[in-house]
Amino acid sequence: MQKNTLARDLIAAAVALALLLSVPMLTGSKATTNFIIYVSANGLLAMSLNLLVGYTGLVSFGHALFFGAAGAYPFVMLMQNLPLSVPSGILLTLGFAGVLALLIGAICVRLTEIYFSFLTLAFQMLIYSLMMNMIEYTGGDNGLSGIPRPPFFGINLADGGTFYAFACIVFVIAIVIMRVIVMSPFGFTLRLIRDNAQRATFLGVNVVRMKLVCFVLAGMFGSLGGIIMALFSQGAYPSFAFWTNSGDAIFMIMLGGLNVFLGPVLGAVILQLLNDVVTHYTKHYGLFLGLLILLIVLGFRKGLLDFVFDWRQSREQSALSAERKKAQS
Amino acid sequence: MKLEALFACFGQMSCVVTQSTSALIIGMLLFLVASGVTLIFGVLNVVNFAHGTLYMLGAYIAYTVYQPTESYFLAVVAGAIGVGIFGVLFERFLISKVYGQDVLMQLLVCYGVVLIMDDVVKIVWGVDFMKMGMPAAFRLPPIRLGGGLIPPFYLFLIVISALIGLGLWYVITRTRYGKMVRAAAVNPAMVSALGIRTPLLFASVFGLGAVLAGAAGALAAPVRALTPGMGFSIVIESFIVTVIGGMGSIGGALAAAILLGFVRSFGSVGFPLFTDGLMFLIMGLVLIFKPAGLFGGKAR
Repeated sequence: MQKNTLARDLIAAAVALALLLSVPMLTGSKATTNFIIYVSANGLLAMSLNLLVGYTGLVSFGHALFFGAAGAYPFVMLMQNLPLSVPSGILLTLGFAGVLALLIGAICVRLTEIYFSFLTLAFQMLIYSLMMNMIEYTGGDNGLSGIPRPPFFGINLADGGTFYAFACIVFVIAIVIMRVIVMSPFGFTLRLIRDNAQRATFLGVNVVRMKLVCFVLAGMFGSLGGIIMALFSQGAYPSFAFWTNSGDAIFMIMLGGLNVFLGPVLGAVILQLLNDVVTHYTKHYGLFLGLLILLIVLGFRKGLLDFVFDWRQSREQSALSAERKKAQS
Repeated sequence: MKLEALFACFGQMSCVVTQSTSALIIGMLLFLVASGVTLIFGVLNVVNFAHGTLYMLGAYIAYTVYQPTESYFLAVVAGAIGVGIFGVLFERFLISKVYGQDVLMQLLVCYGVVLIMDDVVKIVWGVDFMKMGMPAAFRLPPIRLGGGLIPPFYLFLIVISALIGLGLWYVITRTRYGKMVRAAAVNPAMVSALGIRTPLLFASVFGLGAVLAGAAGALAAPVRALTPGMGFSIVIESFIVTVIGGMGSIGGALAAAILLGFVRSFGSVGFPLFTDGLMFLIMGLVLIFKPAGLFGGKAR
């Protein structure tokens, strides 16, 4: 069964990638491809955060730290100051994000619930304020603009179409890797920890270590999202690492659905759509977003795909009970 | 690092006095906000992430009342009461809907309110920095103390916050209401079974926390720049205070807030870039060696 689901997932990913790559041919509109690039960057942020929130039950409120301060910023700084190729810049940045996540995670994952949330938020703000103070390296409030993108293996990311394809491929590959992670025994261990950490401990699971591994993985995928964003916006800006970016990522997860693997991507799509539409009409985006958050959280109490998830579960349940009745009679 | 500057400061009485005064102001205002956070957490089991918004509202309401009336007293009372009413409404209509739900929902509700109120402040008062200015009654020559010069308003701020803290201590430990609050922190179901209306009690505790935050904001208005989003960093600092002092412990919040005040004040002399870092370092050490906080509080 494991193998079958993997094959199915790979086919689905290939189809999705083919669809994404054919978008420029179908529409040719720059707005659409830009939209998809935004979604792939923010989608990676939300998907990686959901490894913590949805699968491990750790509500990190500081995840944009990895997107901005351990993703976009170090990548731009590396590319600006060293004669690196894009892939080695990406790998070095991911390595940096992994080490940083290991250090921060080692302190944070020992705590649970609200303590974990606030501690991650506090770390994000600490590093944000350090970054803003080191003006000579990070550009302070102005951020860093301009990023060299030397061609590699004949791929020139300075070309818009090529970059679009690159972003889609990176996005889909990262999603597939995350899928493999959550369907692996490790992924199920994370769910066990989420549902009953005490029981996991009794079964011999090293809960802290598992959470830490998850934290590091989530940090690295979040950093990858930040790298795509940096390449796209050709720079790194303070808003990438600001705390509201973490809040928005949490809302994307909630909006799309916690319990469905691709829920956060749907959340990223909807939020990006709203952002485009609402900022067109008003500059009070926060007011609108806040009201929407209250409506979804207090009104629906779950994400959009969670409705589909619940409906499927109840159908399975009723099928099961019907079978049981048949067996009894 | 400017450690020489810090040592030089310790060598001079005037510098020590000045920095200690500013440390006490930072610490006491922080205490007013953090004591609300810790009180609400102790009783309602919710960390009010929007508490900085209440602080901000207090400052803006005080500013608005002060402009026409020129009365600082009225401004502070209006700030405290206005924010108290806002807090009760906030609790009744929003927070009470997510009691007992997971952290994600609670955080998102607070996040929504923070976003909304930051924009409301922008709409009503504008995006620019605003200064309330020193109240007329305090435009006095500074007091000379141990070689340092202290504006009388600073002393007033420290004394009045201390008095509010004392009042809070009296209410919580010496009154029937305080007894109910402490009982509800331990076992709300039992308190409810004994015939006390817990929804009312919860709303009042939230309102009390809001009054404290509003009062802190209003008191701070003459010495702080008013800007939308000004409440955010104070939430983080309040959280650090509650971790160091122990969640649910008001005495702990006082000690930790004053400690942080001194760290901030003397840190800005000795190592301006690492002041935030030092606060985190202290929090990290507390979490590692005494996870329940310096003054007990709830285990986590």
